[in-house]
Amino acid sequence: MTLLKELRSTNYLIRHHHPPHDPGTPILRINDLTVRFDGRLALDRISFELPKAERLAVVGPNGAGKSTLFKVIAGVLKPSKGQVHVFGSEPDGHICIAYVPQRSQVDWTFPVNVADTVMMGRIGKMGLFRQPRAHDWEVVHQALEVVNLSHLAKRQISQLSGGQQQRMFIARALAQEAELMLMDEPLAGLDVASQEDIFIIMNTLQKRAVTMLVAMHDLKQAAERFDRVMLLNHRILGLGAPDQVFSTDKLASAYGGHLHLVPSEEGVLIVSDTCCEGDEESHIHD
Amino acid sequence: MIDLILEPLQYAFIIRGFMAAMMVGTICAVVGTYVVLRGMAFFGDALAHSILPGVAVGYLVGSGARGPLFWWAMLSSVLAAVGIGVISRGSKIKEDTAIGVIFAGMFALGVALISSVRGYSVDLAHFLFGDVLGVSAGDLWLIAAFGGIIILTVLAFYKEFMVLSFDPVLAATLRLPARLLEFLLLILIAVAIVVSLQTVGVALMVAMLVTPAATAFLVTQRLPVMMALGATIAALSGIAGLYLSYYLSIASGAAIVLTCTAIFGLTWITISLRKMRA
Repeated sequence: MTLLKELRSTNYLIRHHHPPHDPGTPILRINDLTVRFDGRLALDRISFELPKAERLAVVGPNGAGKSTLFKVIAGVLKPSKGQVHVFGSEPDGHICIAYVPQRSQVDWTFPVNVADTVMMGRIGKMGLFRQPRAHDWEVVHQALEVVNLSHLAKRQISQLSGGQQQRMFIARALAQEAELMLMDEPLAGLDVASQEDIFIIMNTLQKRAVTMLVAMHDLKQAAERFDRVMLLNHRILGLGAPDQVFSTDKLASAYGGHLHLVPSEEGVLIVSDTCCEGDEESHIHD
Repeated sequence: MIDLILEPLQYAFIIRGFMAAMMVGTICAVVGTYVVLRGMAFFGDALAHSILPGVAVGYLVGSGARGPLFWWAMLSSVLAAVGIGVISRGSKIKEDTAIGVIFAGMFALGVALISSVRGYSVDLAHFLFGDVLGVSAGDLWLIAAFGGIIILTVLAFYKEFMVLSFDPVLAATLRLPARLLEFLLLILIAVAIVVSLQTVGVALMVAMLVTPAATAFLVTQRLPVMMALGATIAALSGIAGLYLSYYLSIASGAAIVLTCTAIFGLTWITISLRKMRA
């Protein structure tokens, strides 16, 4: 069965055939999505829609299912139940969806430079047995320009700073000509200046009508920088404007015992997740 | 000096040995680049050991004839690769455990089969440690043909293998046929091992897959350079190793592997010293 599916996808590669985009439908429509791992619920009856060029922060504690949600939307993971539609069809035929990985998921000693890595995004467009053509290099250089990395194109990837590595992955998604970008914790472990660079790039992307889902850890940043946020802990606990979603009771049910509640001047509660691990630092704001 | 270099070349079997060692080195280093980058050294070692029962059956059935050994070895390694995949996917057994179980089991079966023949210790040593100086002209053609197929396949799927090894999730979102490509890579490793059998033997095979590629990995930052440099190091080690073998009267496979190891060691020390100074 898997081999048959694989052959079908090879067919896609050779013929350059990808499902057409239905302009009448939202970019992303998720209906009653459930994902189970060994009987454990990772995502529980998720339903939402996303219009074109929307930028949505996905916030929740560690293990809330953010990465799982992204992988299902990317068509990399099969849902146990429910439907995911991207541009009106199932995601696993599209090559316009980019998953921008966490920096910790990558082997940085791999012998490639920045331009090589960004070129990897073009492979879906090139097809089997084809070498990059002038147009592909043009796209790669433009993508590097957008994220301000042109001067580092020939650097080995381990020689980049954390912020530069993150920008390189966004450039790769641009080279892929992705219309839907799923960014998994793009701000984790970055200093304030590097985070600012990422936000500037996100603004540019939004002007180019790229739709973005951004997994975040920092509730304050999500509230300040996004018009809409999703509070996720296996279920959707809230979706909408930050001041409506980040209410005391919703946050309490998302984070359970793992939270600090600090009243601020505006009367908004600033909350921090204290169950963090690895390079995801916990942020406490006053 | 010139005499020292030319002296072994008067023997046709030594010239065939040189050609075999260079071709095998090149093939193993190109395939070995992925073994190193994907952390598959244990898998490669296991696959090499797993061809022994195939070789033994071929040896017994063909009553010592060389020709069919190749195909029996191929069958054996493909069975081992499939067995490892089935066990590690179909249960809670981790992949390295599955590799250990299959590898030791098949190797034991090979030793058992060969030991059923009288005078087995000589033949067993031959399979374990190789005999590059016993390569026939027909063997050379076989190595060249399959080596050519391996290298052409690696070149044809170059960018796909690169993405699959660097970022499997990207490979999946670009809708590359990941399982087919992974299976193809395993087959390439298996074929490379089988064509190299006579040069270094089963026991030292992993060195040909890993050491030259790892040496190249230490000094380069680009994938094509790593392949080319690894192949060059391996081919030169093949030549140097055979000279060592000729003049010091040591086993040819061991001499080739020791040369590779020495180059790796020198490179590692040089780079570590440079880092300490910087």
